[in-house]
Amino acid sequence: MTLFLQMDDRAWIAAGNAVYAVAFVFALFGVLRSRQHSRLLLFTIVASGFILQTTGLYMRGLETRSCPLGNPFEIIQFVVWSLIVIYMAVGPAFRMSLLGFFSAGLAAVLGILSLIVPEWDAVRRESFLGDNVWIELHASMAIFSYGAFGVLALTSLMYLLQNHSLKRKKLEGVFGFLPSLYQLEHMNFRLLVLGIVILSGSILIGAQYWLRDPDAVNPAKLLITTAIWFAYVSVLVLRVRKTLISRPLAWVCIALFFVALLSIPTVSAGSRPMVEQTASASTIFRAFQGVLDE
Amino acid sequence: MTGPLHMLGASHRTAPVEIREKIAVSPERTATLYEGLRNIRGLNEFAVLNTCNRVEIYAVAPEPEVREKVLDFVSDFHRFDRETLLKYSAWKENEDAVSHLFEVASGVDSLVVGEAEILGQVKESYEEARRHACMGPVLNRLFQKSFQAAKWTRTHTGIGRGQVSVGSVAVDLAGKIFGDLERCRILVLGAGEIAERTIVNLKNRGARSVTLSNRTFERAGELAGKLEGTVLRFEQFKRALGDFDIVIGSTAASAPVITRKEAEEIMHHRPLQPIFLIDLAVPRDFDPEIAQVDNIFLYNIDDLSQIADANRSAREGEIRHCREVLERKARHVWKHLRLRAPAQRQPKSVQARIVGEVGH
Repeated sequence: MTLFLQMDDRAWIAAGNAVYAVAFVFALFGVLRSRQHSRLLLFTIVASGFILQTTGLYMRGLETRSCPLGNPFEIIQFVVWSLIVIYMAVGPAFRMSLLGFFSAGLAAVLGILSLIVPEWDAVRRESFLGDNVWIELHASMAIFSYGAFGVLALTSLMYLLQNHSLKRKKLEGVFGFLPSLYQLEHMNFRLLVLGIVILSGSILIGAQYWLRDPDAVNPAKLLITTAIWFAYVSVLVLRVRKTLISRPLAWVCIALFFVALLSIPTVSAGSRPMVEQTASASTIFRAFQGVLDE
Repeated sequence: MTGPLHMLGASHRTAPVEIREKIAVSPERTATLYEGLRNIRGLNEFAVLNTCNRVEIYAVAPEPEVREKVLDFVSDFHRFDRETLLKYSAWKENEDAVSHLFEVASGVDSLVVGEAEILGQVKESYEEARRHACMGPVLNRLFQKSFQAAKWTRTHTGIGRGQVSVGSVAVDLAGKIFGDLERCRILVLGAGEIAERTIVNLKNRGARSVTLSNRTFERAGELAGKLEGTVLRFEQFKRALGDFDIVIGSTAASAPVITRKEAEEIMHHRPLQPIFLIDLAVPRDFDPEIAQVDNIFLYNIDDLSQIADANRSAREGEIRHCREVLERKARHVWKHLRLRAPAQRQPKSVQARIVGEVGH
């Protein structure tokens, strides 16, 4: 109990990421042995990591008094958190085998990467419109859509693997557990629509403020965000018109997600460094511990 | 020491087919077999497992002499002399009998390793024995535990993974492409025997819409009647190709009946929906170049056979692991079962030791 109370937000987040890594290794062990892992157990491990990470992000939120999206570390952690939320919603509902394996893997890689680059968490920035709830909603929706696009990248990867296995007639090992092409194709479409709807909502909210005060928004951030939105909408239009389908569609979805990830430092730089530090969550927790000790 | 739990039986492991067909128990004779076993004094519980490849009697009998009585009865029943029966059968007791039933129910001991049908057959035999009111606490528990062991084995090992016949492999592949086969439309070109078996497999997995097209219209009609399908004139099938998700080729044509150009044209009209081409014909019905077309998955008879062979090898590779696990499970189950079994004629100190072991 004391150990938990002494942990700061970053330690909680790190613990959550470590549990994602454990979930990935657990599922990987099953895949390498060509045995189906327990989906329930994997879900439980991922959910445990999610609780730890959420606690860390919540503490960080208390500290910054806003949604923690102030620097690349926080943004990546929020993308990871969103990705896991979508996996926990989609995975059990559609019984997509191996989605947990891939989600835990991507979450662990992104999360640990953001932890091992100290510069990404060196400066905490404030939102460019202060503590306005709508602009926070705008930012969190935009990053949440990245989570949806992250899962889309994973299901696209699974589609490519399944397609490859069926074309090359290699059906053993990990290929034996993949969902059907039909299921993956439909899931890709749903995730693409979901991501675009959330990102569009975010852009609509952000546009209200930009129209009022165009100078408040970093042009590079505006350009990149709009470009990513436009790219995903174009992909959707081409998919509906049956021009971009099958493997090319999957490749584009994977590539676009990586472009979106690479844009995070630029998007993050669009915020100003935090000017006023409020009471930190760690301080509050330590005070709580003092009360318990007494 | 003879134990209270016995298994006497013959299967493909102990007897050649000429013997197995003689000891097979027809449904009409099952009641007679049960009645005869009921008349054996000292046989507390019994059940007969009767499948196409095995006949096994599981029995609980505390007295060692019962073994002789059962052998005599079974010899008489099958009109075999005792020596022949003993030569071609296996007799297992206690933990070995438990382990054997676990292996049988899990498909580890099957002719086609890992086949799933055996569990259903064990369940049917269990129900049959219950109907004859000859089950007691030991066999009831034993059979229930064997169902659990079989389920565990199928879930946690690779014993049942992958299909081992050409038709089943084709169905498995269709599942990997389309998921649910209920909405798939199937076209069969020709009316070969393997094609017929493949259609039956597809229908068993939920496929509903089957269309047959053969140069001899009447033959297609006959098969369509048998398989509850519809018929399409052979001259017309190319125009309708785009409407089908799975196309099975089994004609006797000397040249491909579908070329790459035709396949590309079909995909132009249905770019989003994949097509699964199953070429069971020799010479091949589908131009091999079709495999290069995006969203078309082409498998010929050799591809399917190779997958079936690989799956069979993989299943056999799992046997050792399954046996180890099932033996452990059998040991554990037997520790509890022998407390339910009627006491054997043995010193009280031995019985006390058994109770003590279980208690630990």
